[in-house]
Amino acid sequence: MTEVLSEQMGSGSHSGALLEVDDLHVEFRTRAGVAKAVNGVTYSVDAGETLAVLGESGSGKSVTAQTIMGILDIPPGKVTGGEIRFRGVDLLKLPEDQRRRIRGEGISMVFQDALSSLNPVFPVGWQIAEMFRMHRGTSRADAKKKAVELMDRVRIPAAKERVNDFPHQFSGGMRQRIMIAMAIALDPEILIADEPTTALDVTVQAQIMGLLAELQRDSNMGLILITHDLGVVADVADKIAVMYGGRIVENAPVHELYKNPAHPYSKGLLESIPRVDHKGQELYAIKGLPPNLLEMPTGCAFHPRCPYRRDNCVTDVPPLYTISGTRGSACHYWREVIDEGER
Amino acid sequence: MKASAESILEVRDLVKHFPLTQGVVVKRQIGAIKAVDGVSFDLHRGETLGIVGESGCGKSTLAKLLMALERPTSGSVRVHGRDITSARGAELKRMRRNIQMVMQDPYTSLNPRMTVGDIVGEPFEIHSDVVPKGGRRRRVQELLEVVGLNPDHINRYPHQFSGGQRQRIGIARGLALQPEIIICDEPVSALDVSIQAQVMNLLERLQNEFDLAYIFIAHDLSVVRHISDRVAVMYLGKIVELGRDAEIYDSPTHPYTQALLSAVPVPDPEGRETRQRIILQGDPPSPANPPSGCHFRTRCWKAQDICAQQAPALEVRPGSGHPSACHFAEVRDVVNAQ
Repeated sequence: MTEVLSEQMGSGSHSGALLEVDDLHVEFRTRAGVAKAVNGVTYSVDAGETLAVLGESGSGKSVTAQTIMGILDIPPGKVTGGEIRFRGVDLLKLPEDQRRRIRGEGISMVFQDALSSLNPVFPVGWQIAEMFRMHRGTSRADAKKKAVELMDRVRIPAAKERVNDFPHQFSGGMRQRIMIAMAIALDPEILIADEPTTALDVTVQAQIMGLLAELQRDSNMGLILITHDLGVVADVADKIAVMYGGRIVENAPVHELYKNPAHPYSKGLLESIPRVDHKGQELYAIKGLPPNLLEMPTGCAFHPRCPYRRDNCVTDVPPLYTISGTRGSACHYWREVIDEGER
Repeated sequence: MKASAESILEVRDLVKHFPLTQGVVVKRQIGAIKAVDGVSFDLHRGETLGIVGESGCGKSTLAKLLMALERPTSGSVRVHGRDITSARGAELKRMRRNIQMVMQDPYTSLNPRMTVGDIVGEPFEIHSDVVPKGGRRRRVQELLEVVGLNPDHINRYPHQFSGGQRQRIGIARGLALQPEIIICDEPVSALDVSIQAQVMNLLERLQNEFDLAYIFIAHDLSVVRHISDRVAVMYLGKIVELGRDAEIYDSPTHPYTQALLSAVPVPDPEGRETRQRIILQGDPPSPANPPSGCHFRTRCWKAQDICAQQAPALEVRPGSGHPSACHFAEVRDVVNAQ
């Protein structure tokens, strides 16, 4: 982080975590109605920590990330409540020029689809170097030198020769490495990785996850890993936030969640995945469909699919009950869920 | 599901090379993409053969060859002893009735302007002798019910359904002509985790009900293990290892299979610090210019001179009971050892 930023943000004077999302609400106003994509999300990440945000399509996990980065399309999107505090300062209240400076230097992001995230008409080295030219005013020659160093750091073979190549000349795994190089160019304190390996083959996925873990260790970054893959989460996360229908339904340290989930949705997810290390019988399937954001179910959003449902689930929205200092579950009957399933 | 010994599909030395040409007016062939390069296997009645491999290994081209959507460069695909690759006209049409396909992407494989009834009933238009015209609507509704959709939704359009429901429509269409073989090309990879399980359970139920044989193509090794009786591992157009699911997953002998399996993240954080990983370097080479000898040797930690000179055959090697295409095949349990 540069001195300019540290001054602005009064470094070290706040008491909370490095990045805190607090009761965030985001909605999209469309012609078909108001889609409530994020309904009160709260999570936090500290330096060197890995938070996995787990959820299916439409659960609001990417919208939350876009809001943190300040790249949400407004309109149709609109932040209707909550705070995002980075080093104790609410990003949502900062003017655009200051937010822009935090983007890349404070918080940075890696996207799912590297081919559509890179500009096809510029060489990759130029695109990486742009980070230095724009944010630091580095000269073209120096910026290019730094781009080569970064390409080396993310293990692109023959970086010096390939710095002038275009995105289409790289394989999917190499493109994702270039995206990562751009994201870590300015030594961010928080890296958000939105489904970074979903489009990749498993052997390449293992390479990329290994690279991310190594970079995180070296620079003590906080990592927010957004994914739907329970296997990847189990491998790298310190703590997990499970999202459903725009809310966090369970948060827990990784070992506790896999051992003994406290929300029927997380429990159902864990039971519905096939395993490579043993062959099971019929898979448990969560019945029904994810909710329509335009017509959210009343009460608990999961109640139409939930085997633990009672009458009050249909009427009362469950708060995120505290189970212990580090665990919470948004289920009225979390005690029952947790007692039943010691895996 | 126990498969019978009767093989209904025999694939022998199947090869598909796509020519690479240069020049606009006078085209010259300057090379070939060796998408499928000598593949042989049998498929038995009622069994599921899983095919795994990374993108570009030729799994989808193989599916197209089996459906006779592409003509092979050489080799044969026999269904009940008759070669589909040389069949033409009416005979080909009759043979295709027996092999149907479920596609990967339920969003693009259904025509948005056709109703569900038209989509599922279209096979009856093409093969008009299967169900008489008057009974078709009734039959389509039965099919919808079989795959767990509401038969009253027959007049709806694809966009009115969710991803999982659309995949069910695709499956109903595949079942319409009562085939013996269904080729599933990545049928669940576009679906959410909670919906994947629903569709896989449906596929298994249908297999038991109609004694179907599946060729199940996927890149997700956990999904393939769950559904398959036997598994073939492909790398750059060749099958490198073939065996029953327990043989492949618990005692793999080919280094590529071992690397692939050890790269799969296990959804259990216990013991992750001590887990042994084989991380392959680099990407698969281009199928236009594969390495000499064993295609895998450029990424293999066991490679020696012989691997560059001599392509290993897919055969049973000492120390294991299933065929493997590696000169140095050796059992190593990478999944359970973790």
